Amino acid sequence: MSIASTSVIQIIPRTRRGVELMLLIVAIGVSVGAYVNIGITVQDKVPASTGYYAAGIGLLALIAHLALRYRAPYADPVLLPCAVLLNGLGVAMIHRIDLGLAATRVAKGLNPKAAAAPQQITWTAVGVVLFLLVILLIRDHRRLQALTYTAGLAGLVLLVLPLVPGLGVEVNGARIWIHLAGMSFQPGEFAKVCLVVFFAGYLVVKRDVLTLAGHRFLGLDLPRARDLGPIGVAWAVSLGVLVFEKDLGSSLLFFGLFLFLLYVATERAGWLIIGFLLFAGGAFFASQTFSHVQARVDGWLNPFAEDRGQVATGLMGQAWGGILGRGLGQGRPDLTLYGQSDFIISSFGEELGLTGIIAIILIYTLIIERGLRTALGCRDIFGKLIATGLAMSFALQVFVIVGGVTGLIPLTGLATPFMALGGTSLVANWAIIALLLRISDQARRPQTPAAPVSDETIAMAVQKQ
Amino acid sequence: MNSAIRRLAVGAIILMLALMANSTYLQAFRSNELNGRNDNTRVRDEQFSVNRGPILIGSSPIAQSKETNDQYKYQRTYSDGPLYAPVTGYYSFQFGRGGIELNQNSELNGSDPSLAFRRVVDVLTDRRQQGASVTLTLNAAAQQAAYNALGSKKGAVVALDPKTGKVLALVSRPSYDPNLLASHDLGKASDAWKRLNASDDRPMSNRAIKELYPPGSTFKLVTTAAALSSGKYKPDTAVHSPAQLPLPQTTVPLVNENGKNCGGSDNATLTVALRWSCNTAFGTIGLDLKADALREQAEKFGFGERQLPELGAVASQFPGDPNEPQIAQSAIGQFDVRATPLQMAMVAAGIANKGEVMKPYLVQSVRTGDLKTISETKPEALHQAVSPEVAAQLTAMMTDVVNNGTGKPGRIDGVQVAGKTGTAQTSKERPPFAWFTAFAPADNPQVAVAVIIEDAGVKRDEIAGGTLAAPVAKKVMEAVLGR
Repeated sequence: MSIASTSVIQIIPRTRRGVELMLLIVAIGVSVGAYVNIGITVQDKVPASTGYYAAGIGLLALIAHLALRYRAPYADPVLLPCAVLLNGLGVAMIHRIDLGLAATRVAKGLNPKAAAAPQQITWTAVGVVLFLLVILLIRDHRRLQALTYTAGLAGLVLLVLPLVPGLGVEVNGARIWIHLAGMSFQPGEFAKVCLVVFFAGYLVVKRDVLTLAGHRFLGLDLPRARDLGPIGVAWAVSLGVLVFEKDLGSSLLFFGLFLFLLYVATERAGWLIIGFLLFAGGAFFASQTFSHVQARVDGWLNPFAEDRGQVATGLMGQAWGGILGRGLGQGRPDLTLYGQSDFIISSFGEELGLTGIIAIILIYTLIIERGLRTALGCRDIFGKLIATGLAMSFALQVFVIVGGVTGLIPLTGLATPFMALGGTSLVANWAIIALLLRISDQARRPQTPAAPVSDETIAMAVQKQ
Repeated sequence: MNSAIRRLAVGAIILMLALMANSTYLQAFRSNELNGRNDNTRVRDEQFSVNRGPILIGSSPIAQSKETNDQYKYQRTYSDGPLYAPVTGYYSFQFGRGGIELNQNSELNGSDPSLAFRRVVDVLTDRRQQGASVTLTLNAAAQQAAYNALGSKKGAVVALDPKTGKVLALVSRPSYDPNLLASHDLGKASDAWKRLNASDDRPMSNRAIKELYPPGSTFKLVTTAAALSSGKYKPDTAVHSPAQLPLPQTTVPLVNENGKNCGGSDNATLTVALRWSCNTAFGTIGLDLKADALREQAEKFGFGERQLPELGAVASQFPGDPNEPQIAQSAIGQFDVRATPLQMAMVAAGIANKGEVMKPYLVQSVRTGDLKTISETKPEALHQAVSPEVAAQLTAMMTDVVNNGTGKPGRIDGVQVAGKTGTAQTSKERPPFAWFTAFAPADNPQVAVAVIIEDAGVKRDEIAGGTLAAPVAKKVMEAVLGR
């Protein structure tokens, strides 16, 4: 299935690192602009921490960029700037809400709480370090295939870790957090990466049998009953997550990823339909049987019921933002419950308006589509499946959390990638972007390992003519 | 394999489009609904933090927003709070708004559609939204005079410019300090609210326009107007006016206040009957004219309509279908006749303005922060209550009341006052209400006033509109006339 270079016309592969640098400068400029804007509107001055913030974001982005130049020169030029922009805007908004919360507490005569934004910048640094490790240590993603079952086991362990008594804690009704050494982590974020690797490795081996055996029914190629085993296991595990960790989002994410990869590996839509029916049935059963799932569904159908669910304040914030938003620093995102974490998208909706939300969703779309493009261009099946899985994990995660806070679907506790306050998710997402970049480097690299032609040499060639 | 990935790419785009569509629905189409919710604290906070425009008398603010350092940014401040409270109302975080603060809210906070252009300019120039200023018709001297003259007595004063309908004074006692309710210390504001509402004196009830009182003898002006307008009566027509007037269908007669006949005659003229406020004479007229004639006359003066919508005044009433003894009682402003002090000021103002009742108004103009006029109230005629001839006859009779009759305490040196006293009974247990309504100067009226004193804290037999209420009216008229 690997795509040989079929083109007759010789395409000169370009590294596009110059483009990446330009986009990075734009992303950093927008983020720092947002930070300064917030300081001016809220505190009437350019905040003293601007230097720290700009240097932090700028330096981290630059290091990541240099690592790519050094180790993955053909990597996709759009992914890193998108990640930096989302991360930078997220920190700016977290800082803005820090200010809002502090003002409210001061007005009530209380001491302001510790600011969350510096903490998020620290986590960004950790994320970029992991990004560097992935880029520098994993020189070829295919070597991960050897770790298929290790990754599967690790993913499963990470998934059930919050269920370990004494380690796992329940936050807002979902048991997807663990407390360790005074800090809290969401192991599911890393389980996601491990499971994508596992699914990919597993399907590379099994895809032939899953593809070829089967029979047609009503125009659909349905698999044989005995091949249903893996999907059954995935279904059971995801329902287990739903029931025991009480988290519809994670459950949907894991099962969805498995289905998507199964579909890509076999190209048989029948799997998607079977999987969808299985999941819908399981979710319906759970919503009828388990009170916490029922509560989420009620909160979705009646967000303004008597004991106002978590969604109400976010919805009112977004409505208050309207089409153009109140302007950065001029709304009240501090009134939104979890406005820095789960509901950060509502905070953006309030201050940047519908326009801002759509822009942010478009940036996510860009990441997803660049990821899938990487999968299309990748020459090996394993890489295709991993890239697809990682890209679709963004799609599912953004859909589940943004859809949840804006009232499209029942709310579940997934993190808004790169933006939401929370270290685990941020670090895991930097690792995912690094993996995608690694695969895209391989996908875009000229096949005969000739001397890579960089933008600069082309420019020089043009000048010589 | 790639075709499956492409389909997933399309699927992912559909998911993202669904998110965008849902956000569009939420933020573009549902925003008004959600912003209007009572539990929407951010909208309330935001509105409370607006640089609200001032409420002005002339060019001096009686309510203005001053910058503060706390989270609400501006503190609503009332200079002379209790003096103007019945007009300005209050502006509080928890308890909403009242008075002009309520009625002119959208202008004051700048959200009114008429200020849309202003808002766009503010956004473009990055200025904070600033509300418009509302200038009132009040006369500060008259307001202060009325407030001081009432002193600690429970009551109300309304003064109007009879030619335009401008409200010159609107006082209600006891009053309250709206600064207490506007406090950013929400606990204190809440305490004040509870205390004010629990008080037996009801300091927050606007007695001038929202309380209905039996108008008593001041209503005889309406009865007289109806009599003169009917063509059956002239000021010198003799009217049956014994000490006691037997009424049909009942053994209880209608009696004169002093237990005697009217000015020494059982058949006094209409002028004499008004001079001494003889109940029996007006009972006779009422029985002659019937209820419909009285009601129509009352409605031409403004009864049955809500006046001064700016402050949400209540409508004065004339009873629907009274029997004969009730008609006689109604003709002297008893039974179920109910009027606000504003309404009785309108009766005097209508007579003063050659029979034409002007629509009372309180908001003179609304201007933007840079003094561009957005709206200016023009005087508007409400009804022709009586013909100019009848108005002239009534003026002469009211002048006689002040010069020779019960209204003597309302006299002003060098200015001819026209007026009418009133004493209204409610029940045997509680003291009657003292009324006085008047206008001056009689030949070129500048001010019409109505005063009610609800509970003067003195003994029953001492109460008469003339001695209690007239001096208050006199002070107000003097203030308007600059004396």
